[in-house]
Amino acid sequence: MTLSPPKTITPPRWLLAELTYACPLQCPYCSNPIDYTKYKSELSTGDWKRVLSEARKMGAVQLGFSGGEPLIRPDLVELVQHARELGYYSNLITSGYGLTEEKIVELKTAGLDHIQVSIQASTQELNDHIAGTKSFEHKQDVARLVKKHGYPMVLCVVIHRENIHQMPEILAMAEALGADYLELANTQYYGWAHLNRDLLLPTKEQFETAEAIAQAYKEKVAGKMKIYYVVPDFYEDRPKACMNGWATTFLTIAPDGMALPCHSARNLPNFECPNVNDFSVSDIWHDSKAFNFFRGYDWMQEPCRSCDEKEKDFGGCRCQAYLLTGDAGATDPVCSKSPQHYVIDDLLATARKFALSENEKPLIFRNSKNARI
Amino acid sequence: MILNPKLLFTFSPLHRLQWEEVQQKTVILYPEGMVELNQSSAEILELCDGTRKLADIVKELEIKFEVSNLINDVSAFLEVALENGWVTQR
Repeated sequence: MTLSPPKTITPPRWLLAELTYACPLQCPYCSNPIDYTKYKSELSTGDWKRVLSEARKMGAVQLGFSGGEPLIRPDLVELVQHARELGYYSNLITSGYGLTEEKIVELKTAGLDHIQVSIQASTQELNDHIAGTKSFEHKQDVARLVKKHGYPMVLCVVIHRENIHQMPEILAMAEALGADYLELANTQYYGWAHLNRDLLLPTKEQFETAEAIAQAYKEKVAGKMKIYYVVPDFYEDRPKACMNGWATTFLTIAPDGMALPCHSARNLPNFECPNVNDFSVSDIWHDSKAFNFFRGYDWMQEPCRSCDEKEKDFGGCRCQAYLLTGDAGATDPVCSKSPQHYVIDDLLATARKFALSENEKPLIFRNSKNARI
Repeated sequence: MILNPKLLFTFSPLHRLQWEEVQQKTVILYPEGMVELNQSSAEILELCDGTRKLADIVKELEIKFEVSNLINDVSAFLEVALENGWVTQR
């Protein structure tokens, strides 16, 4: 048996603070757990402040306030102020729902650095359908106000089969709104998106057409608007380097205080994630079983274990491996070297069948009625 | 983007330049991203405060580090900074 070198533990750089699972929108690709109604308790203001302080001391510098809809938390301004005092660069990741000009100014004064507004489509009809809530015009107003008050404005559009045909209009809308950044996030199939995959996954032809349009636009707006294109990994033959490797860079704290190496990790079976109510952030990061479980390379099975690309993609995504093969320690089946790569071919074929059929089943919207307890 | 030696350099208000104690590095922060800088890049950016042109920045650094002929290195880095939107000229 060869001795493996000790695991080097790098400090967290990115803290995602999921302040609440509550949300006025019902997007059918929401990454929150499908049993989110089970987790009713939320950390107090004091707990969040302690978490922010501890993670900052360890080296975290990028901070995302997310959810659910983070604007629902009445202490958001207070938390933003605390984050600013600690030296975080803070990002508000919001649907824009309920965001007023007064609040935008108040958050700016408190030290918020950036607001990312999500828009679901380029037309009111489709936006409001996907969001499950009338919100299109308000979102556009919010985007303009964010810009007006000197924030870098990031527009985020999640791409899937219902809106992928709008790619040219989405790009034009972002440019017209004066976005500094446009994030075109192809749906990642976790949580509610996993549930709705057959209805959300575009066909290969749709992907290729949309990607070519987005890449061409990238050149057109170079120097004015940056476009981040999040690739859909089902059409790749190597998996994404998920989370830049397990517990190397990213730390997510869920609304109830559960600490997660990635925001889907709470769904892994028999996998006890630690809670910040019980441990310090430093103890969790360094010593907890969950954070050490897939750290480094020792946990890997073949073909990852002996693969010369393992330091590039870290075996892909643990949550995707679990969702699609039933084994969180397996090679991400997106990889063409995975013995279970056929599951990707199968799921693409199934989604394609739905895409080409006339009678699609309805989307399951993310709300408490549909939540699986 | 071509650097104009007659204009003043200002660090972008849409980015933040910050010393990180844990990393012992100066970093540029922007929406959901971070660039780690080496010492000389950080020194250049810290001088982009809206009061200096290329020649002023070069001169100050040459005096500070007691070296000469920094013009090529400094302008090459400032070209990159302009392209990435870290600095603007006016």
